[in-house]
Amino acid sequence: MIVSFTINGESRTVDVFPMARLLDVLREQLHLTGTKEGCGEGECGACTVVLDGQIVNSCLVPVAQVNGSEIKTIEGVARQDQLHAVQQAFIDHGGAQCGICTPGMVLAAVDLLNRNPRPSETEIRNGLAGNLCRCTGYMKIFESVVRAYQK
Amino acid sequence: MANIHPIGKPFTRKEGRKKVTGQALYVDDLTFPEMLHGATVRSPVARGKITNIVFGGDITWDEFVIVTAKDIPGANHVALILNDQPYLADGFVNHPEEPVLLLAHKDKYLVEEARRNVHIEIEELPAVFSLEDSLAKKGIIWGEDNVFKKFLVDKGNVDDVWSNADLIIEGEYETGAQEQLYIENNGAIAIANPTEGVTVWGSMQCPFYVHKALVKLFELPDEKIRIIQTETGGGFGGKEEYPSLIAGHAALLAWKSGKPVKIIYDRAEDMVATTKRHPSRTRHKTAVTRDGKLLAIEIDFVIDGGAYCTLSPVVLSRGTIHAAGPYVCPNVRIHSRAVATNVPPHGAFRGFGAPQSIFALERHMDKVAHAVGLTPEEFRRRNFIHEGETTATSQIIRERVDMDGLLTRTLKLSDYHAKRERFARENQTSNGGFSKKRGIGFATFMHGAGFTGSGEVYLQSVVSAEATAEGKVRILAASTEIGQGTNTIFSQIASEALGLDFDSIEIVQPDTGHVPNSGPTVASRTSMVVGKLVESAVLGLKQTLIGSGLYNDADFKKACANYIAKFGSLKTSSTYQPPPNVHWDDEKYQGDAYGAYAWAVYVAEVSFDELTYEARVEDFVAMQEVGRVLNPVLAAGQIEGGVAQAIGFTLFENVVWKDGRMANNQMTNYIIPTPADIPPIRVFFEENPYAYGPGGAKGIGELPMDGAAPAILNAIENATGISFNRIPLMPETLMKPIVS
Repeated sequence: MIVSFTINGESRTVDVFPMARLLDVLREQLHLTGTKEGCGEGECGACTVVLDGQIVNSCLVPVAQVNGSEIKTIEGVARQDQLHAVQQAFIDHGGAQCGICTPGMVLAAVDLLNRNPRPSETEIRNGLAGNLCRCTGYMKIFESVVRAYQK
Repeated sequence: MANIHPIGKPFTRKEGRKKVTGQALYVDDLTFPEMLHGATVRSPVARGKITNIVFGGDITWDEFVIVTAKDIPGANHVALILNDQPYLADGFVNHPEEPVLLLAHKDKYLVEEARRNVHIEIEELPAVFSLEDSLAKKGIIWGEDNVFKKFLVDKGNVDDVWSNADLIIEGEYETGAQEQLYIENNGAIAIANPTEGVTVWGSMQCPFYVHKALVKLFELPDEKIRIIQTETGGGFGGKEEYPSLIAGHAALLAWKSGKPVKIIYDRAEDMVATTKRHPSRTRHKTAVTRDGKLLAIEIDFVIDGGAYCTLSPVVLSRGTIHAAGPYVCPNVRIHSRAVATNVPPHGAFRGFGAPQSIFALERHMDKVAHAVGLTPEEFRRRNFIHEGETTATSQIIRERVDMDGLLTRTLKLSDYHAKRERFARENQTSNGGFSKKRGIGFATFMHGAGFTGSGEVYLQSVVSAEATAEGKVRILAASTEIGQGTNTIFSQIASEALGLDFDSIEIVQPDTGHVPNSGPTVASRTSMVVGKLVESAVLGLKQTLIGSGLYNDADFKKACANYIAKFGSLKTSSTYQPPPNVHWDDEKYQGDAYGAYAWAVYVAEVSFDELTYEARVEDFVAMQEVGRVLNPVLAAGQIEGGVAQAIGFTLFENVVWKDGRMANNQMTNYIIPTPADIPPIRVFFEENPYAYGPGGAKGIGELPMDGAAPAILNAIENATGISFNRIPLMPETLMKPIVS
């Protein structure tokens, strides 16, 4: 099946098995390996991407569903050398440790701040509840989100 | 030259930018031309004789590379301690999911299809699934008595005490298995052939462990095996010994096919087949005087090692040595055993036996306090160890230790006394309907840094440093960055020692072909032990420059350029030297078990919902003395992450076993804490520089795994009045005694 979509602002067309996971198409055909697989069942959020303005777990999205869509992955968050405030805050305040959950976590945090520019602590917790991290205990991730919106 | 002192400052993560932009390359992000995808066919049962292997289904089998035990060029065992674990089962299986056969194909979907169509036929034999059944010898499944290892620590003579003691208090405590649950699953890629040898890229903590195992597996000389660590998405011990297995499997397929082979586990396979924390059972018998002084401690500590020995002896050792905690007692006997069961081998997990024995001890200390009629606080204060006193292994504590001061400060920061009083009052008055009860509890504990006993002396770790003509310094070590901050800490240490800019330090990717063996990345040893070697190696560069007479105007960059122009290159190495007066007796298990200990007090506040039976941690205060803090952001990150993992260990993470197999091997039904579950974790440090650590640092990584579980259960007892002594403590367990 031929599927066309816009990814990080660029139009792409791929020939794929319609039920292929968007995650695999991104990683294997488009070589956008910043999107990670953690569980393959929508629990951990490591494969988070933005699909038509909504964050989704790309391991649960059949590629046939994204025809005509606009997708943003972690590779599309920074503008050239200019990191997004969330990315910079994750670096400055210890929001990333091993880094495997970080792409998904950054996208979820950016999405949260787009919807709610000054979230409360509870709103941050709930906003990121679909993204699991095993290294940080989340404290420095919450702090990074707060520092990002304070900037 | 900038006069900078990076130690103690919050330098940002060296590889942070790559990680937040998705540019960091983990093993599954790599591909090689003509690469095949590998899969592992595993035993469907716990124990038995393999009678037949059937290749069924509508599969064109001649397209597949198939490897069995017969294809192994060298020794069919994972070289580690006892070498009892085969790479591929040869006629006999000892646990569910044991690897039997390997497949590879260029299409990763076809290889999965093929894997499902290989049927291992097995004549089943009786198996042993619990630590109790193994101890009772309900079947002999390993060696002569199912015991991998036992230790006896004997100080004074407990037998002389029992008959005259004022009070004797006994208790039994259990901990369950726990999955490390790094978010990046295990994976490896191998290229292997007789001319070039074997090269493996993989997610791992210990490249030289993999190297040692593959030298035996292929019977090749050291230089023909090369192991390269790729960016690693968490380890927590789960990538200490296991990568030797998956790397070997990928290499065997690559050897047979002549093509690169990648094996990446999916989450279900990683959870069902790889190592977990050893389940444990601990029995305590304690004699105290009427005024609450410890007279005798007798501990029987048992851990379930699973089907093969792997690292169980060393996990047992650490658990044993930590079993009597930061208390002084004239008579201590600790008897410990690691036993075999027919479950996948349990392995390294942050804390390495200590969280299990410390859970038991710190629950038991609350019980003893209650029996003597003292508060948990006062009882501990009467028994804390001080400088000059001896631990269970008769180690004289030579550093300043102030557990009293730590406890006072922590109880104040957590508002412990006021809350204990208030909760007691409010819990009384909230009867007459469903409500929440509150409680607060704490644990006091220590954690030894580095390898146990003479371990560091045997390891003889080496770090090298190399200067470039531009005045940059490259650190060559096998210590891996797995999220804990190795790259950043090593850069800070080198930068401090040489007075160089932080960005002038480069950390070379761990590659056994290029870096010396600085030992495994385990045991809270990277900052303290290997960091010290980084410091001496870079100081060696300066010494060499001074010795050459080229360092006249103290300009490092200029001196390097001149030195390299004259001599070609500048490289120095540093080898581990034990601190003075450290003696360990491996036979008697007495002496200086660790060069240094971190000391800590953790306080947990919990709520208990009488409607849902959910216990929740509402506030957490973690106070520790870890020597000098090298980087406050990274150090706090270690503590917060460890506490969160320990909260999971205590209240969330329940491995459900069915005939020796993990039944809930998915993130859907094995629950780790989410952002919504973790309380504020408030981290505090007391700094007491350690003379033999770089910049005064001691180890930190494992410590935060130790104290949360007993602190939380002590708080739950405070809230409910009921003593629970097994973790994970799930709502259904909490419900039982309350309903009845």
